[in-house]
Amino acid sequence: MSVRAMTAPGHESLYSGGMRSWLTTVDHKRIGVLYGISALFYFVVGGVEALIIRLQLASADGTVVGADTFNQLFTMHGTTMVFLVLMPLSAALFNYMIPLMIGARDVAFPRLNAFSFWTFLFGSLLLNLSFLVGNPPDAGWFGYANLTSKQYNPGMGIDFWLLSVQIMGIASIASAVNFTVTILNMRAHGMSLMRMPLFVWMALIVQVLMLLAFPPITVAFIYLMFDRFFGTHFYIPDAGGTPILWQHLFWIFGHPEVYILILPSFGVVSEVLPTFSRKPLFGAPFMIFSGILIGFLGFGVWSHHMFTTGLGAVADTAFSLATMLIAIPTGVKIFNWIATLWGGHIHFKTPLYFAVGMVGLFIIGGLSGIMHASPPVDIQQHDTYFVVAHLHYVFFGGTVFGLFAGIYYWWPKITGRMIGEGLGKLHFWLMFIGMNLTFFPMHFLGMDGMPRRIYTYAADLGWERWNLIATVGAFVIAVSVLVFFVNAVRSVRAGEPAGGDPWDGATLEWTMSSPPPEYNFAIVPVVNSARPFWLHKFGPTRDISTRTREEGTPPQPDTPPERIDLPSPSGWPILAALGLSLVGGGALVGLWLVLVGVAVLVFGVYRWAFQPLERLGHPTFGPAPGGGR
Amino acid sequence: MDSHATTFGVPSRKMAMWVFIASECMFFGSLIATYLSYEGKSLVGPTPEEILNIPLTSVSTFVLLMSSLAMVLALDAVQTGDRRLARLWLGAVIVLGGLFLGGQVYEFNHFYHEGLTLQQNLFGATFFVLTGFHGAHVTVGVIWMVTLLVMSLRGRLGPERSLDVEVAGLYWHFVDVVWIVIFTVVYLIQ
Repeated sequence: MSVRAMTAPGHESLYSGGMRSWLTTVDHKRIGVLYGISALFYFVVGGVEALIIRLQLASADGTVVGADTFNQLFTMHGTTMVFLVLMPLSAALFNYMIPLMIGARDVAFPRLNAFSFWTFLFGSLLLNLSFLVGNPPDAGWFGYANLTSKQYNPGMGIDFWLLSVQIMGIASIASAVNFTVTILNMRAHGMSLMRMPLFVWMALIVQVLMLLAFPPITVAFIYLMFDRFFGTHFYIPDAGGTPILWQHLFWIFGHPEVYILILPSFGVVSEVLPTFSRKPLFGAPFMIFSGILIGFLGFGVWSHHMFTTGLGAVADTAFSLATMLIAIPTGVKIFNWIATLWGGHIHFKTPLYFAVGMVGLFIIGGLSGIMHASPPVDIQQHDTYFVVAHLHYVFFGGTVFGLFAGIYYWWPKITGRMIGEGLGKLHFWLMFIGMNLTFFPMHFLGMDGMPRRIYTYAADLGWERWNLIATVGAFVIAVSVLVFFVNAVRSVRAGEPAGGDPWDGATLEWTMSSPPPEYNFAIVPVVNSARPFWLHKFGPTRDISTRTREEGTPPQPDTPPERIDLPSPSGWPILAALGLSLVGGGALVGLWLVLVGVAVLVFGVYRWAFQPLERLGHPTFGPAPGGGR
Repeated sequence: MDSHATTFGVPSRKMAMWVFIASECMFFGSLIATYLSYEGKSLVGPTPEEILNIPLTSVSTFVLLMSSLAMVLALDAVQTGDRRLARLWLGAVIVLGGLFLGGQVYEFNHFYHEGLTLQQNLFGATFFVLTGFHGAHVTVGVIWMVTLLVMSLRGRLGPERSLDVEVAGLYWHFVDVVWIVIFTVVYLIQ
């Protein structure tokens, strides 16, 4: 089987077609690409916000922006990076890879999948629309009550924020239902739960966390909405309410959200390390159960964000213990990753660099996290730059590095072309150096008492040196991201054809052409190993480090032997998503627009519900039913 | 999509509804937890003891419970292909659900005139938001049932589409079960 034959068929059909075909697509691979492009776009937006923040703080008494703008910048930076970058970037990889990795032709509900994406996109646009009306939100991404009350924050910024995040929450819940069912119910024959790739396992845990964590934040937002729009007093102490209620509801969501953001990265690293060490993942069942335990314990630790609110000794002790317990399954994962590399036949490719970088940086973030589990230590560090350092080691060092490992790993599969190794490694080193320059000094600043979210500081406090270094580091990160985009464009324009299996992978996504044909699998595989493609290529052996692949039968034929019908494209999901967003956005304009939104939503949902999944005009592959080719 | 063999042998749409219900449990759980944590924290009246009418709400609770019975019978009728009975029982679900909603409208209206509003005190805010969101769920359910009834009247709800009714029924029973919790927590245990 030649490389050309594997590259050709999918590439022609998968991404071709005009704008209309993208707006109505229900293909999980195209939707994954849409998520990825949106997330990378917002990565630049959130990054620019961060750069302005760092410019303002580079020296004492900075005058780049004023206090109000500074508040808006850190609010939008946090909200953007959490909801518009890290979650959709994970969703991009979930969308593209999960059906391929479990041997499915699509997700369980392809049109619901499209609805999730468009709802997310419209919600994110609504959030950024607040810039255009000149009133972005300014109460922090955590939006603590009373900072958000009508009395102290009468502008529209908070309304934009609470409505758009609610809309994106609906998209997340819809997507979580879809992927939970897909992973549980759409696996190929023989793909038992314990044979599922670790990435799919972590994705499943993330879906469950989203299902259970988003409702509490939705309720918190509903109360805030009622307080601001209808004059209730949920968070208003004068009427007996308590702002602490917001903190509880927010962190019951917020802490599982931390694992929603980090577990996809854990999953990627658990795929990348074995592939490039040419060894099976060490202790895979332990990795799975550790992930489950992290997700479970993640619901019992929210109050460690609230030690300073004075919950009492018993509550503090319980939440402190639960928090420390999470270090155990997390430690299991780290040691298993190291043991996977140990004695491996390591191929030093860019994905491996990012995966190893993720493990190292996440250890630093994890260790400072254990410090915060202790209430006295936490109270000392609360609201200082030490916490900023911690969370960026977890989210940047952990999530961003892990997701870039995934992007480089699956880039050939998604685009059909190799991405430059030289620029990729340059990207890694710049990002690694820049990230440590930016965030490590924040540990010192925090220990020295520099509070978070201050827009300027006096020169005699002695914080200038480390702040300047952090700002320089931020610009090094910016350059590294630029290198990535140059590399990406070069690859798409003139990269070498990747072939189906450039890394000699073990999982099912490598058994097909790059990019895959629309129907994914010409023949739905029968799985009899956790590493089905290695078994196919090397036979039943655990030690493949010195084996070369045998020229056997290709895993997937170029054309399907039987007719395959795919769901037809549909414009109704995007219309329903538009209606939902009009309901949210309309709340800022007037009741009439809300009603228009409801009408559009109901119309879209009904047309969607009564449109047959397969009707005339749906894509068909393989021989016609009448025989012949 | 349901005709394909699935891993667990459960139709995907049915599994999706169960998964969604798990999510809804957290939604109503958060609303109920807030109600409980704000109970007795209102600075001014009316208080629950002064205003809640247990006999009236018991009747509407009974009505909602009976709608679940009708739902079960409607599903059975659709599965066995008895169109006449299917329409009868789907109609009964709609009428009983509508009666429950009518009771809620009456109750809200009555409370409003007694001085209990969203803005009056924490009891008003937590009560109206909790029961209001439950009522919204019932409303969605009634619209869903009307859709099924129209499908049946057009002859498009044969036994081959019984899954449509089963999934709707899961939702309906869940909304019913939530009401039992709300009725117990808000009305019976004051």
